[in-house]
Amino acid sequence: MVQNRSLIDESGKRSDGRIIDELREVKINVGIIKNADGSALIEFGKNKIIAAVYGPREVHPKHMALSDRCVVRCRYHMSPFSTDTRKSPAPSRRETEISKVIREALEPALILEDYPRAAIDIFIEVLQADGGSRCAGITAASVALADAGINMRDMVSACAAGKVDDKIVIDINDTEDKEGGADMPVAYMPNLKKITLLQLDGELNSNEFNTCLEEAIRGCLKVFEIQRSSLIEKYFGDEKGLNE
Amino acid sequence: MSLSKKSTIIVENLRKKQMMESISTGKRLDERSLDETRPIEIELDVIKKASGSAWVKLGKTEVVAGVKVETGEPFEGLENSGALIITAEVLPIASPHIEPGPPDEETIELARVVDRGVRQSEMLELSKLVLVPGKIVYTIFVDCSIINVDGNLLDATSYAVVAALASYKVVDTGRTQEPPITTIPVSVTTVKIGDYLLLDPNIEEEACMDARLTITTNSKGSIVAMQKGLKGYFTVDEVKSIAVKAISKGEEIGAKLKELIYHGKKE
Repeated sequence: MVQNRSLIDESGKRSDGRIIDELREVKINVGIIKNADGSALIEFGKNKIIAAVYGPREVHPKHMALSDRCVVRCRYHMSPFSTDTRKSPAPSRRETEISKVIREALEPALILEDYPRAAIDIFIEVLQADGGSRCAGITAASVALADAGINMRDMVSACAAGKVDDKIVIDINDTEDKEGGADMPVAYMPNLKKITLLQLDGELNSNEFNTCLEEAIRGCLKVFEIQRSSLIEKYFGDEKGLNE
Repeated sequence: MSLSKKSTIIVENLRKKQMMESISTGKRLDERSLDETRPIEIELDVIKKASGSAWVKLGKTEVVAGVKVETGEPFEGLENSGALIITAEVLPIASPHIEPGPPDEETIELARVVDRGVRQSEMLELSKLVLVPGKIVYTIFVDCSIINVDGNLLDATSYAVVAALASYKVVDTGRTQEPPITTIPVSVTTVKIGDYLLLDPNIEEEACMDARLTITTNSKGSIVAMQKGLKGYFTVDEVKSIAVKAISKGEEIGAKLKELIYHGKKE
């Protein structure tokens, strides 16, 4: 990708006023869908995404059930009004691929052997998209899974890093994604230190790649803190409540 | 909706045990070492009705790719750029486990990952495929038919697309035009089985793999696209070592592809 205009000014500020290792403002609201077993609304910059988890529950059709573990189903979907030009409500090839990589990013964290013959359904609805929606979706879904009380090995936190004006920056926004040099979304289990999602669009040499990976993981750790405090807020009120 | 499912190919526990024992000694069941890829064969221009085509064999995995060139309106927002559309279909002739029907999520992922590698490498200089700026551009279709499945469809399909694209020719107003090629992207897929990393998995190894990482590099040795697949995970060190390997292997395979495509005539 060839960049046509500069996206970082002389003072080191990005198009939305952030510095290179700064996340957009992130807010996570746990348990906002009353009918769901677990849910979370994430506002990640201008992204507004709801993740809802149903299950473990019976599998329909029954033949899809696995006798030794739980089936995980995942749907990532964008509302028609979520983008600049209307998006057709039918699932696109992009959404099909993202549903798959999100499921694969979350599955390593779930102890599926605990729920044989059952299904866990994860629904991610993008109400407003602003670049980095898959990462925000994973982050919200992971909180929703914890909210549903599903046995997990770790949280999954996601953040993208990328190259803008030949600098490695974290949490790529929409403009940087479309006009910048590279975009690398990463999902990470922060306590187990395992990478569960890794994609890249754009050119990076071997040094840039290593820096990009490390920066993305630092971003994931920042996201993890926000996930953690959102859950503490719902279940314990604050840090003090947790310690009691 | 994306659904976790069982592998269609079942490898018996005994066979898997045998595979793990063999891998732990550095040799795979098909006698390859862990980082050895299968031989690549490419036959060009097998489909005379296409502007360019390639029949690629990667071991026993076989893919036919055909290029069709049409003229049409450019995409919105990309008025001064030709269009490139890459598709892939795993045909029912390719294996006893494939059924006809709309593409499943794996096939969609396959086409999208192959497309991402070729597009992000900027192999084809799309700005040179404009006939009337803003109005008429070339649209290059690369359609891939997977005709025999023996693992690593990602790399095999990518090589087929690259070979077909690098060799297509368009006759326009009496002049033969060659494709505006800038680089040869190389896709290298690594899979993780237990704690071992293997290159270019065959179908039996794919049935046992925990995670997969596909890295596409360009002729400069930079990484241009990447996709992790399956429900396993990688550590940071594993990813870094896979990247180093993909770059060196990419250079080796890139040289091989150029030799097979150009027969020493160019580049």
